[in-house]
Formats: sequence, structure tokens, C-alpha cells
Amino acid sequence: MTVIEVEKLAKRYGETVAVRDVSFNVEPGEIFGILGPNGAGKTTTVECVAGLRTPDAGRITVLGMPAADPRLRTRIGVQLQESELQDKITVREALELYSSFYPDPADWRELAADLGLTAKLKSRFGKLSGGQKQRLSIALALIGNPEIAILDELTTGLDPQARRDTWDLISGIRDRGVTLILVTHFMEEAERLCDRIVVIDHGAVAALDTPAGLIQRAGDQQKIRFRPSVPIEDELLTVLPEVRAVHRQGNRIEVTGSGDLLHAVVSVLARNGITAAELTLEQSTLDDAFVHLTGRE
Amino acid sequence: MSVFAKLTLTEIRLTLREPVYAFFTLLFPVLLVTILGNVPDMKEAPPELGGLRVIDLYAGLALGLAIGIVGLQGLPSVLATYRERGILRRLATTPAPPAALLAAQLVMNLLTMLLSMVLVYTVAIVAFDVPFPANPALFLLAVLLNCAGAFSLGLLLSALAPTGKTANAIGTFLFFPMMFFAGLWVPRELMPEILARIGDFTPLAAGQDLMTDALMGQSPGVLSITVLVGYLVVCGAAAVKLFRWE
Repeated sequence: MTVIEVEKLAKRYGETVAVRDVSFNVEPGEIFGILGPNGAGKTTTVECVAGLRTPDAGRITVLGMPAADPRLRTRIGVQLQESELQDKITVREALELYSSFYPDPADWRELAADLGLTAKLKSRFGKLSGGQKQRLSIALALIGNPEIAILDELTTGLDPQARRDTWDLISGIRDRGVTLILVTHFMEEAERLCDRIVVIDHGAVAALDTPAGLIQRAGDQQKIRFRPSVPIEDELLTVLPEVRAVHRQGNRIEVTGSGDLLHAVVSVLARNGITAAELTLEQSTLDDAFVHLTGRE
Repeated sequence: MSVFAKLTLTEIRLTLREPVYAFFTLLFPVLLVTILGNVPDMKEAPPELGGLRVIDLYAGLALGLAIGIVGLQGLPSVLATYRERGILRRLATTPAPPAALLAAQLVMNLLTMLLSMVLVYTVAIVAFDVPFPANPALFLLAVLLNCAGAFSLGLLLSALAPTGKTANAIGTFLFFPMMFFAGLWVPRELMPEILARIGDFTPLAAGQDLMTDALMGQSPGVLSITVLVGYLVVCGAAAVKLFRWE
């Protein structure tokens, strides 16, 4: 059963078109990424899915119900950007208060432990670090034992270590059987965590695929750099079907191509008794795919 | 415990952590009565006051001052801040309606004002011989209506103001003329006629009149009640209609 169906979603604010045409399905248990440049319409899309905004056009079904159905509030957990709490509320009070909203809440003590907040239970929200606030936000999104959790830009503003810790956490949440929607503009985050990604640009879907699939679409680009032990002719390499181009930078050679490029190049060098020093291989990343799809950095 | 009760308890708990709020709502009115009560002129009873002494009026004004501070400054800035900082938006993603948090704030402030009333009048009655209200039920109603007028104006302010800071600025701007009309600087009974009649239509002044009526056991002023209920209905309905949740 598909847990979320979004069909031809459109939403404008006055003159500004936030979302023009967005459709996608989310399957149970997956981590589904929504990727796009700033202002592409990602947040508006998830706010419509979360039932916080009414779409101008299109249809959104969540767990078999229209997204606006209030009964869904107990079954979806949402962490929004720039949603804070009262400065003077303690972590414990917030967890207790929010768990009282739900019919079948998670044990907030366990949740606090999972999110590394146990030592901070008596701290007030205003005194927490950015990472701790973010973790509390995630805890509050999960406190109702939701079937779906929507996390918007959850690692924005975190330092690299906190970001990696959060990623581990996300994998842990998926293991509880929660379907996750992750809104992000970090390529590395999407590539590492998401099963499938929809790329939204200018309010419309630019692509929908697995991270590997998206990279493939951007053109399978590989780049090998090395320093040959003896000087070689370009032809030695350009005759290989895998090789597209050969460039020289001083005594270093840069070969671009596709397919099993590394194997082809190393084999031909070996046959000629040449060794390749300082060899590096670069493959296209989601970054390249993103630039290819959206035409932006 | 219901979600609303939980939210109200949380708001009470959070407010107890705000020393400035506690000072202006609970301590300041008592302090004002204590200081004024020791000024000999305050014990006089000019004929215009119909038998009351100046201090008898100032007990009500001290409470009205707290009601004005809460209604015009505290409430709007807290609610606008709750919106500005996405606290209402976060609540909107849960089964708890964000309106329940607004209601919890109102109830918390109302309870604080009732506590302030008890404190102010205990000191005023025990230490300065201010009479116990001749009509206690009407007096309680007068205090509640006084709160209703100021709070609904504050609610409308929080609905209209884009940020907590603006809400506070507008509230402060309204606060001083309204306290003036309520008689904080010159009792309403001693004001020039024209100022007193303008004051009739401001909420804190109407509330003050109604409290004086109850104190003296007079029948309540119909105009005062109409004005306060009018503020409650008009500002309250406008606030409900215009309130932006984000």
C-alpha cells in the first residue's frame, strides 16, 4: 500500500507560484527525499502533505485519507523549520506535554535516551545548543509513535559531527518501521539516507529516482588521474571504447569516460608494463546530477 | 488531564519563571497601594467622590493597572511571539489545536489577575481601611469584565501585530492614554467633564467605574457594562477572524 500519494499539486501565495506541478508516491518504510534548490517549493509541498496548507489544485492522500483530515495529526509526526518552543520550558516538560497530545505516545524517557537528551531533561529550551534543539524537535515529531515522520531541513545549521549523528539517528528511525520524508538541500545527506529522491525545481518535479538512478541520468561520468611510470601516447588510451577523452597536466594524465573505465585503463597499462602512480578515481555524485537536472549549483 | 488543562498548567509554570511578569502583576499593585496609602492626602474624601476616599479608588486603579499591563503589553507580545517563533505552527502539526494555547494564555492571565485582586484588596482592606465591596458578586463580575475588555483588545493587537516587538510597542502606546482615562493621574470623578465622557468608552475606565459601583453598592452602570461587553464581542470576534497562525 502506498502511504502518500501526491497528484498534480499546485499552490501559490498571491502572485508567487510556490508549487506548479508536483506528483509522487511514497511507499511504506522508505526514506523518501525531497531535494531542490532554495525556493523550489519543497517546504510548501511537505506543508501540504502535513495538512498545514490547503493546495490550490491537486490531490494528496495520506494513509488513505485526504491530507487535511484531522485524524491524521495523530499518525504523522512533523518537524518544521523554524519551529521553536517557549524559552523557559524544560526538555522534560516539552516531552511530557507533547506526549499528552497523543492517544498512544512513545515512552518519552526512551525517546530522550535514543536522542541523547537524557542529560538535558532539566535544561530549558532557550539554553539548548542548535543540535540539542534539533534533536528535541525530532523527538517531538516522533513522540506520538507516528507511522510517517516528515523532517524539514533537519540538519541545516548543525556542525558536521552533529549532522553525522543525526544521520545515524534517521537510519535508526527507519528501523522502527516509520516511513520518512526528508526535505533537504544537502546532496551528501540525500545520497546517504534516501531510498528514493524527488528533485523539485521551480515548483515542478525535475526527476524522481533512486540516488544511483539520478547519478546515472546525469551521465555516467568517471575521471581517472595518474602519473605513468614512463611517458605514453594518447592513442594507447583513446582506442579504448570506455575512454572519451584524454588530457595532460604536466606529467599527469586525466582520462574521462564511462563504464568499466578503471579496469580498462589499468589493464592496458599493465599489458604495456607501465604502472600508474598517484592514481585517483572520481565518479559523478548526486551533486553533479543535481546541477545537471536543475542547471544550478 | 485534558490537553487544555495541561497547556494551562504549563503556561502557569512558565509564567512563574518570569520574574518581571510576577513583579508587575502581583507585587507592583500591592506596592502602589502601600505607598499611596501612606500619603496623607489619599485619606481625604473630596465631595466629588460621593463618600469614598481617594485611596479607595486607587485600590481599584492599582488592580486596573495590572490588568492594563497584562492585557495591552504582556498578552499581545507573548501571543505574537508564540506565532513569530513557530510555537503555534508546531502545535498545528499535533492533535492539539493551537487555539488551545491561546486560550491557556488567557486563562493563566485571568487567574493571575484574580490572585492580584485578592492581594491588593487584602492589603487595602486590612492596612488602609478600604471598605470590603458592598456587592461582592458584582465586584468579581466587574474585575472579570475589566479583564475581558483589556484582554480582548490585547488579543486583537496580537492578531494584527506582525511581531512580538510591534505588539508590545502598540500596546505600550495605548496603555498610557487608557490608564489616564481610567483615572490613574486624576481620578475620573475629578476630571473635566469632556475627558470623563471620552473615558466612558475606554475599557479600563469602564472597568474602574464598574468596580467603584460594586465597592459602594450602587446599581451597576449600564454604559460601563455595555462598553466592556462591546469590547469583548467586537475585539474578540475581530481577533478570532483576523488572527494569523504563522
